[in-house]
Amino acid sequence: MSRRVAIIGVGWYGFKPSIPDLSFREMMFEASMRAAEAAGVDLRKDVDAFVSSQEDYWEGIAISDEFAPEPIGGVLRPTFTVAGDGLQGLAQAYMLIKTGYFDVVLVESHAKPSDILSLDKIYELALDPVNIRPLSPSNPLFTAGLDAVAYMSRTGLEREDLAFIAVKNRVQGLRNPRASYAAKISLEEVLEAEAYIYPMTRYEVAGFTDAAITVILASEDVARRFTDNPVWVSGVGWSTETGTGALAWHEWGRMKSMRMAADMAYRTAGVKPSQIDLAEVEDRFSFMEPLTLEEARLAPEGGAAKMAREGVFSPDGSLPVNPSGGSLAMGVALEATGLARLLEAYLQLVGAAGPHQVEATRALVASWRGPPTYTSMAVVLESEDAL
Amino acid sequence: MSGGAERRLPGHYLKSKEMYSLPGLVEYRPVARYLFSAGQAQSRFLDGLKEGKILGKRCPRCGRVYVPPRSYCEYCMAPTSEWVELPGTGEVHTAVVSYISTFRERMEKPEIVAVIKLDAPGYTKGGYEFAGLFHKLCNVEPEDVISGRAIGMRVKPRWRPPEERKGDVNDIECFEPVES
Repeated sequence: MSRRVAIIGVGWYGFKPSIPDLSFREMMFEASMRAAEAAGVDLRKDVDAFVSSQEDYWEGIAISDEFAPEPIGGVLRPTFTVAGDGLQGLAQAYMLIKTGYFDVVLVESHAKPSDILSLDKIYELALDPVNIRPLSPSNPLFTAGLDAVAYMSRTGLEREDLAFIAVKNRVQGLRNPRASYAAKISLEEVLEAEAYIYPMTRYEVAGFTDAAITVILASEDVARRFTDNPVWVSGVGWSTETGTGALAWHEWGRMKSMRMAADMAYRTAGVKPSQIDLAEVEDRFSFMEPLTLEEARLAPEGGAAKMAREGVFSPDGSLPVNPSGGSLAMGVALEATGLARLLEAYLQLVGAAGPHQVEATRALVASWRGPPTYTSMAVVLESEDAL
Repeated sequence: MSGGAERRLPGHYLKSKEMYSLPGLVEYRPVARYLFSAGQAQSRFLDGLKEGKILGKRCPRCGRVYVPPRSYCEYCMAPTSEWVELPGTGEVHTAVVSYISTFRERMEKPEIVAVIKLDAPGYTKGGYEFAGLFHKLCNVEPEDVISGRAIGMRVKPRWRPPEERKGDVNDIECFEPVES
């Protein structure tokens, strides 16, 4: 169990609201070729197993795992899918390498929400069929609104506190070529924009993006053969709460699964929250960024929004949070959203983030699946300089 | 429930209205609509069908020709490069007669479907894989399939008239024996 796990290369394609000229398979291929080139890996010779994170209803294909191997180099190789976020796939790959039986594992996730015409109805399909669907809630994001209101009520935060997160991330995204939803906006513009779901306006709810991301992991000794700039996957964690059949059993205004996932990631990494100097975390709704930071013990209870306004989480602050612009600026890439956060943290740790580069050696990456699901994933990444 | 079965089996038969009004059964009809991006390779393939052409793409490394075309070779993980137009002729690689539908209803006329190995000049590999299409067979009798005579049979596409083609796989009505 002692062998360490490294990221040796990452590739991506897309991050546009719509990519009509490529099929999802072509996007997967493009991302995987770029990851292979970055890692110096031959996908047909050097990879021991392949993991793809995807959901049938996002794909529009039942048993869509059958479409996974071909574009990522996995034909007639050990390949499996994880019906969840890409970070859940990454955790599986991490464990495969830890067993000692696998040296190089590829993790892929992709999203093509522009292919889905009835996205709202797919969300509805995710709701409990007996208790919730017959009520036919007209806004599928209602769980996020309920959580935001409960979070504000518990902490005494104002709408301005949440709106500021949208300003911070949308403006930060202007330096990131993958941030299609970046915008130079003011706090007033966010507050006065069209309400999406109270308390959030359209700027506080992330849009969707088409993207494919491939990450190649390797055991420590093998990683050294491929790269002199590995990023270590020091810890992973994930947790799932009760589904929408029992909404009263969710602790509103909290993300308990995020607390558990982050604690698990810190524990497996042997890292304290105070050692984290970069966070790429969930922000598909404005309130989720401060709440995630609090659940992940990177800010005191109810204190994250204030720290954000003080500049602590700005790119030049002591703990940059989503210098990429997060999902608010980059869009939600369905099950690839967690890998989008990971991609951004990885680029920061190897010094390849370009215009939005910050100083960092140890990152917390955290993502969440929903609405309506409450599943959280967390990963601790460390650069060579952190060790 | 077919009328025939009702006559044969004993018991009380529930009308579907009775069946689905039972408490504990909650009906839901998913609305899942998509607009699939066929992608760079398949889009041109579909355009080709409209013009009565079967187009493939060749891998520059191994020489395999992909029909339906792909933008990459799954063996070499290299981008496919050259477009090739296939003559359309080929042979039946494997075929099957279906007598019942997915829902196990007996079909009026048995349906014969096949995997067609297309003639692909210059295909330099030759394992189990080939440039080919899954399609229906016309002018082939169930007996031809059952006896094994259909296997290896030379076939060609029966194209729909140009004005009826829509740029999808149904622009080929079926494959039929070359001699017919």
